[in-house]
Amino acid sequence: MTITKEKLQELEKKCNQIRCEVLTMLNRASSGHTGGSLSCIELVVALYYEVMRHNPKVPDWPEKDRFHLSKGHAAPTWYAVLADCGYFSKEELKNLRCLGSILQGHPDMTRTPGVEMTSGSLGQGLSIAAGMALAGKLDRRDSRVYVLLGDGELQEGQIWEAAMSAGHYKLDKLCALIDCNKLQIDGKVAEIINIEPLKEKWRAFNWEVFEVDGHNLEEIIEACNKAGKVKGKPAVIIARTVKGKGVCFMEHVVDFHGVAPTDEECIRALEELQKKG
Amino acid sequence: MEFVSCRDVYAETLISLGKENQNIVVLDADLAKSTRTFKFGRVFPERFFDLGVAEQNMIGVAAGLAASGKIAFASSFAMFASGRAWEQIRNTVAYSNLNVKIFVTHGGISVGGDGSSHQSLEDIALMRVLPQMRVIAPLDGYETEKAVRLAAGEPGPFYIRVSREKTPQLTRKEDKFVLGKSCLLRSGTDTAIIAYGLMIPKALEAGEILSKEGISARVINMSSIKPIDEEAVLAAAEETGVIVTAEEHSVIGGMGSAVAELLSEKNPVPVIRVGTLDRFGQSGTAKELFAEYGLLAADIAAAVKKGLSLKNKQ
Repeated sequence: MTITKEKLQELEKKCNQIRCEVLTMLNRASSGHTGGSLSCIELVVALYYEVMRHNPKVPDWPEKDRFHLSKGHAAPTWYAVLADCGYFSKEELKNLRCLGSILQGHPDMTRTPGVEMTSGSLGQGLSIAAGMALAGKLDRRDSRVYVLLGDGELQEGQIWEAAMSAGHYKLDKLCALIDCNKLQIDGKVAEIINIEPLKEKWRAFNWEVFEVDGHNLEEIIEACNKAGKVKGKPAVIIARTVKGKGVCFMEHVVDFHGVAPTDEECIRALEELQKKG
Repeated sequence: MEFVSCRDVYAETLISLGKENQNIVVLDADLAKSTRTFKFGRVFPERFFDLGVAEQNMIGVAAGLAASGKIAFASSFAMFASGRAWEQIRNTVAYSNLNVKIFVTHGGISVGGDGSSHQSLEDIALMRVLPQMRVIAPLDGYETEKAVRLAAGEPGPFYIRVSREKTPQLTRKEDKFVLGKSCLLRSGTDTAIIAYGLMIPKALEAGEILSKEGISARVINMSSIKPIDEEAVLAAAEETGVIVTAEEHSVIGGMGSAVAELLSEKNPVPVIRVGTLDRFGQSGTAKELFAEYGLLAADIAAAVKKGLSLKNKQ
């Protein structure tokens, strides 16, 4: 099933809108993770608006697909998408990182509708997603589990424990997406602790591997569809992305990892995005 | 006196729970033979997951299962579950109040020959500090069964710790086991010894030693460490004026600390903590180690006398 041109254009617009919302949220909060939120927008949009079965009106639907954001610092992107889907009011986006807010700095399942699992401490999400996939298998459910990992996060040993166990249990309802934006807080991933060769690593752990341009919606959706047809092993989509994607002065800039845009930067960024949208 | 293995009781209880409830799942990290969870695996192979030597992943997988409606019992040695996977327990299980029940065996120094790397003397402190976590150290087989059943029925995370050694069956089948409630094993008016696990027999023995010297010691089994039985601790302080705690754990941060924290704010009577001092364990038999680390009945009796002299000075 290929996506229509109209739908593609609609999703591209959606990505632009989410980018604007994420930047506005971060600017208002005056703290947060800009670069890694912008790099995974196409991945999250593709999942929520095209790939996953979910219904904001029936959040407990047992047959729904599940999503877990293991790279919890990209929470603003998830929140903006969840609000846009209707899991909660867009008004809430103004309260990111505020005292008592349903939108914590990192995802908290006990506070945010649509957030299925807490994250923030890196390296734990793949284990959790494997547990969700095992539960689905026990209940003989058809639903799939998607988990979004960061590339720096792959330096955590637990990721590989989880990869080994998911391969062992042949969790073919599990699909991991890696936002490979090539940068982490301290610098380039390749220079801090190199994680490549990635494809070979995942294959060696008995995973089916796909590689896409992480800002090309068509490629992402196609890979997700192919991943859905894999039998007898889990699938991973290595998405090559650009940190800070969409804002020229943020792209590939390490310093925008954990920094929110200032008022002036936010205005400039929104102007650039609005021109594109 | 009948001696039972709490580990075996754990496995039997899991099997009967597994029969009652399809949602019970059990995880282990390559210690299934020691924790006895392999017995559950034999009866319910589909619902048993041995994750191999990977405790952090085990806790994460348990969390994912729990977030999908399962009641997940995850087992390992006290050292590796509480230590290796502490941050996973903190950030994923406790923070989200998930239905993960961490049942650990080989708690304390009585692990013996394996030595310090396997002797958990810090786990109660590590688990007690976590919000939403409940910490139980069942005394015997009956309490183990009741604690496991309680944890299965009560939403949210639990940490249940038993030792490797067999323990005397000191409670009765018909006794109620209530979270946050202790049980009185010996009446006394001059002092109260609050203990759990393998230190209970030592505390009872200390009670006998003291009675010969005309000191009447109460012995309280505080198997519910968190929430602790505040009412019983406060009553003991009020009625006896001297508290001694005894545990197979460091004196730093354990149940003794919990008692001292409570009493220092509500009724500051002398509290003497018996436990391992600020040092690591080593190889030896359980018996030798109890002597070497000051965990004998005589050590408890001496602590009582120290407490009484402090009280008299006040």
